Amino acid sequence: MMTFYFQRLVEIFPFFLKGLWMTVVVAASGLIFGTICGFILGILRSGKNKLVTRMIGVYVAVIRGTPFVVQIFIVFFIFPEWGIQLEALPAAILALSILGTAFICEIVAGGVKAVSTGQWEAAASSGLTRIQQLRLVIIPQAMQTILPPLVGQYVLLIKDSSVVSVIGVVELTRVGWVTVVRIPEGLMVFSLVGFLYFVISYPLIRLSNYLEERMAVQETKL
Amino acid sequence: MLEGFNFRIIWEYMPLFLEGLRNTFLISLISLFLALIAGIIACAGRLAKWKLLRGVAIFYIESMRTTPLLVQIYFFYFGLPTLGFRIPELQTGILALMLNSGAYIAEIIRAGITSVPAGQIEAGVSSGLNYFQRMRFIVLPQALGVTVPPLLGQAIVLVKDTALLSLISVMELTRCGQVLTSERFMPSEAFFTVAFFYLCLYFCLKTLADWSQKQLIFREVY
Repeated sequence: MMTFYFQRLVEIFPFFLKGLWMTVVVAASGLIFGTICGFILGILRSGKNKLVTRMIGVYVAVIRGTPFVVQIFIVFFIFPEWGIQLEALPAAILALSILGTAFICEIVAGGVKAVSTGQWEAAASSGLTRIQQLRLVIIPQAMQTILPPLVGQYVLLIKDSSVVSVIGVVELTRVGWVTVVRIPEGLMVFSLVGFLYFVISYPLIRLSNYLEERMAVQETKL
Repeated sequence: MLEGFNFRIIWEYMPLFLEGLRNTFLISLISLFLALIAGIIACAGRLAKWKLLRGVAIFYIESMRTTPLLVQIYFFYFGLPTLGFRIPELQTGILALMLNSGAYIAEIIRAGITSVPAGQIEAGVSSGLNYFQRMRFIVLPQALGVTVPPLLGQAIVLVKDTALLSLISVMELTRCGQVLTSERFMPSEAFFTVAFFYLCLYFCLKTLADWSQKQLIFREVY
């Protein structure tokens, strides 16, 4: 019986690859939007404007304090009540972007704050404008602190993208869920699903570890 | 934005929500306790001299960290019955949460132990302390300070992770929101209330985590 199910699983493997592709699409879009918005909000959060930092702080706390499933339900079921009607896929990408923005914002703000104030002052006294100070002096230095946790956060977000299966986006987890109804070998089906997630996330975990080690080496050099 | 927000319905379903909140709290607490045990065992395996044991521990930790929790929950939910284990959803969920958090906790503890400089251990050896005495008097007291804040961070993640158990119909907080939505179709009342309760839990834990971080700094100064 096992071998029979295994053959069936091999037959429908292309279905899994489609799911994997959908996971990549959802995760990549979420990550791109999340990174862009996260950097903007993170830089604003590290600034001096009290009102802005407070508001971003509230946003971050609300997103970090609630489970992603609940956020997806809110985007998918409640946004339509306010006139924002979304299909499952855009809703999933939006929810993942909102989540990613909050976490990446904190990482970026932490990195920017870690740059010493002397650097700001030196940049300002060289006559650079605020944007130039950020672009030429602060961000390149902050990147060192930002990069390792950022890549680690990407892994977490890719894994979180599995939760969007609850609103019917046919990505990897959903494919597993649909398959297990027809091929009742839960261990086999979800081992395969897990392995496909491993294929995406493991290289990123290694990258994150590598960046962290490199940073540690640089710190000891200084 | 919230015109027509029906507080009466929330009040009517309050006993259900409170039961859900209690269940979420209990599930988190039990899972955290079990995850600590799993984490300590996995960490001991990870640091063991015996290669096979270390390999098993690395396989466990990495497979948990590279796959989404939802896939792990489905793995046990659909997989255990095919092996002949028929255990209720709640226990399945707690098992998945325990194994998932255990892997992260193992890494947190390992980071704590390896953060103690080798010189400290050598000093212990030359003072004539045996392995357990060194652990008891030198390594663990120092490692604990580094370990507690990230452990509380993991506890926060764990509380949010329990929301995924709603997908295998465990009666916890998020499930209550789903019940209210399906019985009355009032998603905004349901999920904003759920989000509110999660935020309450989050702020309690966050306050505790920040406080423990301050204690740690306090200890480092003296």
